Amino acid sequence: MRILEAESVTKYFGGMAAVSDVGFHVDKGEILGVIGPNGAGKTTLFNLISGALPLSSGEIRFKGRKTSGLKAHQICRLGLARTFQLVKVFGNLSVLQNVMLGSLFGKQVVTSQADAMREAMESLEFVGLAKEINAPAKDLTLGNQKRLEVARALATKPEVLMLDELMAGLNPTEISEAIADMKRLKDQGITIIMIEHVMKVIMSVCDRIIVLHHGKKIADGTPQEVTTSSKVIEVYLGDSEIECSTAG
Amino acid sequence: MNRVALTSKKFLLPGLMIIALILLVTSPSYISAYKVMLLTSILMYIVVSVSWAIFSGPTGYISLASAAFFGVGIYTAAILGRILPLTYVIIIGGLVSVVLALIVGVITLRLKGMYFAIFTFGLVELLKHFLLWWEINITGTRGRFVISVHSETVFYVMIIIFVAVLLTAYLIKHSKYGLALQSIGEYEEAAEHIGINVTMVKIATFAISSFFIGSAGAIIATRWTYVDPYIAFNPIFSFMPVLMSIFGGLGQLFGPVLGAAFFAYLEESLITKFPYHYMLIFGIILVVAILYLPDGLIGLAKKWKKGSLSSGLVELLQKRQKGRKEV
Ligand SMILES: Nc1ncnc2c1ncn2[C@@H]1O[C@H](COP(=O)(O)OP(=O)(O)O)[C@@H](O)[C@H]1O
Ligand SMILES: [Mg+2]
Repeated sequence: MRILEAESVTKYFGGMAAVSDVGFHVDKGEILGVIGPNGAGKTTLFNLISGALPLSSGEIRFKGRKTSGLKAHQICRLGLARTFQLVKVFGNLSVLQNVMLGSLFGKQVVTSQADAMREAMESLEFVGLAKEINAPAKDLTLGNQKRLEVARALATKPEVLMLDELMAGLNPTEISEAIADMKRLKDQGITIIMIEHVMKVIMSVCDRIIVLHHGKKIADGTPQEVTTSSKVIEVYLGDSEIECSTAG
Repeated sequence: MNRVALTSKKFLLPGLMIIALILLVTSPSYISAYKVMLLTSILMYIVVSVSWAIFSGPTGYISLASAAFFGVGIYTAAILGRILPLTYVIIIGGLVSVVLALIVGVITLRLKGMYFAIFTFGLVELLKHFLLWWEINITGTRGRFVISVHSETVFYVMIIIFVAVLLTAYLIKHSKYGLALQSIGEYEEAAEHIGINVTMVKIATFAISSFFIGSAGAIIATRWTYVDPYIAFNPIFSFMPVLMSIFGGLGQLFGPVLGAAFFAYLEESLITKFPYHYMLIFGIILVVAILYLPDGLIGLAKKWKKGSLSSGLVELLQKRQKGRKEV
């Protein structure tokens, strides 16, 4: 079942197309990787899906329902949660409060404070932060702040979880733990879309990968297919070469 | 901490508050009429400051619209005071403020930081000049007389508004919306992405908090007998709540209460002794407070209680030094 579909999605900033005519889909329970060089438009694509930015043109559908045009909080309540490339935890709130907010506001059902606390604890246990619940979020290490963002997103009970460079800045142990977490999430039936630079992660967890370059989708397939695609190899060898070859 | 200490602490504060309230309510029978008026002023400043802090405290959106809500309440009393009973006048004064806040909210809450502050202040000037224009060109009057009310009545009404605003502030702070407001102050974008209808929460809170400022204006107007747009829309009522709340400490409900009480009392004593310099003295106290008491009076009291005032100061100085090095 296609849980998320994007059709001719385009976003202009001024005259520049940061995302240009991108179409793809994600199946339920899948882990989709989104890769591409810096500035390729990956984060912008996430912003379009999550409702942080309006589309210039195109359409996005979640479970068959059009979501482009909805506000970020509405999209979250439908079951699409995300984390941010630059962490955005609520620094002066406690770890528990950060996550409780997700539970209190991020779902369609009304949740009492007591239930929210219980759900928040579950999410925090899942990411391994249950011991830090009373610390202000700003006192956590970067790795733990990233865990906190995942817990906060999970507390909204998402069907699709979007992770923007979760592994960036983590040490090898933390990366292995995060990979294990993702596999467990997949087992729970949560669909994951992840922007990632760490190749090891992509190869070991992604079912499928799409590659963005200059805002365009240039490849879509299994990790095997994508990493052997000559177009992708060219992109990763350097922009200059592809520029020359298309110009010439 | 053992359980006894915990429960006794739990009842201590509400108990003290009830005693304070009883003392306040019975005070006209044993203090002078002048003192009752002074208490009324203090309560008024507390109402305006706490109202302001309900929205601006957690979100960090510095509203300078308080004088507009206050003025709208004052003019409501001036216009309706003759034809409606006092209770209605006060409620309508609050409701007109709410309507104004809703309109302002819809237009401005997408503005951030400085722009929001400037726009809300512009609103005060806009209303003032609109009324001036109206009085000169349409009604041909200058100002209005306000029907006066017994000063004890004013005092009791102010107590009711005071209790109402404290209760409202407490309930909001301890509800999920209080948490949401804080998260908006921290990272608005992240708040939106975990399902908080940020615009709605902001506008609703802004409107609710403006109710009390409007009704405080409506009741205090009856003490002034004559008002004109300059008196009613005096920008000091936009700045005072900001200063008082910051001075008292924004983190806690009682911060703005303490700050307002302190400043209102100070104003009253300074204005008689140093009528020309009292704003200057105000300014100096505020600057010192911002530099040395980042968490306001409340923060100071907390450190004191922990018995670590001196170490707190040392820590503060170290922080400042570190900050300087980093710059
Ligand atoms: N809010 C914005 N306003 C203007 N330009 C933007 C904005 N967000 C991203 N861009 C631009 O869009 C392009 C794609 O950025 P981004 O999506 O962040 O890339 P990636 O995440 O793949 O590194 C970049 O050139 C960036 O400068
Ligand atoms: Mg990015």
